[in-house]
Amino acid sequence: MTTLTLIQTPLAWLGQIALARLRLLGRYALFFLRSFVLIFSWPLPVAKILQQTYFIGMKSVSIICLTAVFIGMVLGLHGYYTLVKFGSEGVLGAAVALTLIRELGPVLTAIMLIGRAGSAMAAELGIMRISEQIDALETMDINPIRFLVSPKLAATLISLPLLTAMADVVGIIGGYLTGVLLLGISPGIYFARVESSVAMADVMGGFAKSLVFAVVIITVCCFKGYYTHEGDEHGAKGVSISTTSAVVVASVLVLITNYILTSLLL
Amino acid sequence: MTTPLIQFKDVSKAFNGNRVLQGIDLDIYQGQITTIIGKSGGGKSVLLKHIIGLLEPDAGCIIIDGHDLTRLRGRPRRLLLRRFSYMFQDSALFDSMTVFENIALPIEERGGLKANEIKARVQARMRDLDLGAIDEDYPSQLSGGMKKRVALARALVTDPEVVLFDEPTTGLDPIRKNNVHNMIAEYQQKLGFTAVLISHEIPDVFYFSQRVAMLHEGRIIYAGTPHELQQLNDPVVNEFVQGFERPSGTAAEIVPDESWEAQFNEEMARMQRHRVPFALVVLTIENLEDVLATGSGEPQGLTRRFTDQVRRQLRLTDTCTLIGPNSILLLLPFTNLSQAKMVCGKLRRALNGNEISDIQSHEGPCLAVSAGLAEVAGNGHPERTLAHALAHKEIFYQFSVC
Repeated sequence: MTTLTLIQTPLAWLGQIALARLRLLGRYALFFLRSFVLIFSWPLPVAKILQQTYFIGMKSVSIICLTAVFIGMVLGLHGYYTLVKFGSEGVLGAAVALTLIRELGPVLTAIMLIGRAGSAMAAELGIMRISEQIDALETMDINPIRFLVSPKLAATLISLPLLTAMADVVGIIGGYLTGVLLLGISPGIYFARVESSVAMADVMGGFAKSLVFAVVIITVCCFKGYYTHEGDEHGAKGVSISTTSAVVVASVLVLITNYILTSLLL
Repeated sequence: MTTPLIQFKDVSKAFNGNRVLQGIDLDIYQGQITTIIGKSGGGKSVLLKHIIGLLEPDAGCIIIDGHDLTRLRGRPRRLLLRRFSYMFQDSALFDSMTVFENIALPIEERGGLKANEIKARVQARMRDLDLGAIDEDYPSQLSGGMKKRVALARALVTDPEVVLFDEPTTGLDPIRKNNVHNMIAEYQQKLGFTAVLISHEIPDVFYFSQRVAMLHEGRIIYAGTPHELQQLNDPVVNEFVQGFERPSGTAAEIVPDESWEAQFNEEMARMQRHRVPFALVVLTIENLEDVLATGSGEPQGLTRRFTDQVRRQLRLTDTCTLIGPNSILLLLPFTNLSQAKMVCGKLRRALNGNEISDIQSHEGPCLAVSAGLAEVAGNGHPERTLAHALAHKEIFYQFSVC
């Protein structure tokens, strides 16, 4: 009897944890599905989507360009000094472009977007929840998910691939700055290698990743903010915890998802 | 009686094992103001949130206009709840929107109106509620009273059939509190909606509510008219309504209460609103020292028991405050001088020494109580009115309680 209990107790504990995680995953999935479906409910929230696209996309351009140019420059530096040992510095353009388009472009853009817009979304929804503004929407027969979350999801689905494309291009220019202007590689060879090595599948793969990241970012950040009141802490502290947690969870999930997608796309 | 618009049938609700509502049965009638009173944290807001579907009961059902809200889903539920509006305790205005956008939001999102129609409707509500030139302001730029008015405008802009008010006067000063009560009463009469109000403002709410329900320990222990409530002889209701907890100790210290002036000013504000007088009565135990000299108990116990006796005879809307070691002040709203004399006559008949146990069997002098009366009309000043009452003690009201 005692032996049985000894075996059963940890198993039950593990089972409870697994069930709780599974339930949470289900809630995330339902939250995303509702947000996605409600984008297309009539009348289409065009004005709100444009507003959010401006906030999420347009206002992130400068910070993402800045990040991308320096990442490209660092890649140019490292790539040059590694390749020059093998006399292959000519392929620097290909190395920088493929690294950016396949991996760093989508991931870094997503991480930057989490920091700039994801945290803001979680905090905004959290404050709206604790000050009963979300309840007020419900009492007015306004679907809070349609009103607050769906436009953000649509805007991120539009913005993130475009921002990723921008980061890729700016990053390649960053590599050009160090590789060509600073270290003396021929500009023709640099761009010829970029052109010859990058296939359309690489670009599409990067876009596919950025679409998945958009879903992850919005679902996690908005879910955390929307359900701030279900956390252990209340009030301002509750909002701060849900915001921090949204940023951490979304960033980690982006990295995990990136690995899974890369392994699928290779 | 007509069929209720909203019916709670054996509704229960618990949060983390804490049972907040324990079998609520309550009827709310169309076109009336129903006020729910009860201690803070007693589940009144929880009760109200069940009506609008923000919370679902664990057991029981809520019938609205013949439909069981707990079973209703989808479009029929939405259509039913569209007839409601909710005014939140902290206003719950959207802080990133202007006042105009806040008020316009419910009708904008509902669709069916052109931009100029929405603008006209919002401006009409803003005019009604004296919200003149603040349409471009944000809620954070407004005072507490102004926010309440914006919240009321937002609640009324959809022309709802039922408006739920969750403590609409919390945190307001007496004048703004009266303004909000006036607005609710005035608009209810003008628009004819059904109002369900949660409030602690007693007795103010009795003046404009057609029905009052008291929630106590998760149950409705009273539901009826304010008049019936005043006739009720229930210790829990009386204690709550009079804002008076009976002392549990035997030697409860009685400290002269200086806050009577604030109560007086509140009565003044109310009187000016309703244009009816109120009366002030000072009951003084004239021979307290003589009685105590015979060894008939300690002064605090004696005055407290006497005060208890007086309180039990008063109406629920009257207030009774100790203003000295041997003086009690009564504020009697909606009462003129002759009615105040009748109240004193009733007191004289009802009080007797047998109920003030410590002094019932001594040989010394009887307890003599005098009554000074003053009717307050126009701009009364608390101190002057009190002085007037004390100067006009009438021997006619001297009575012995031994």
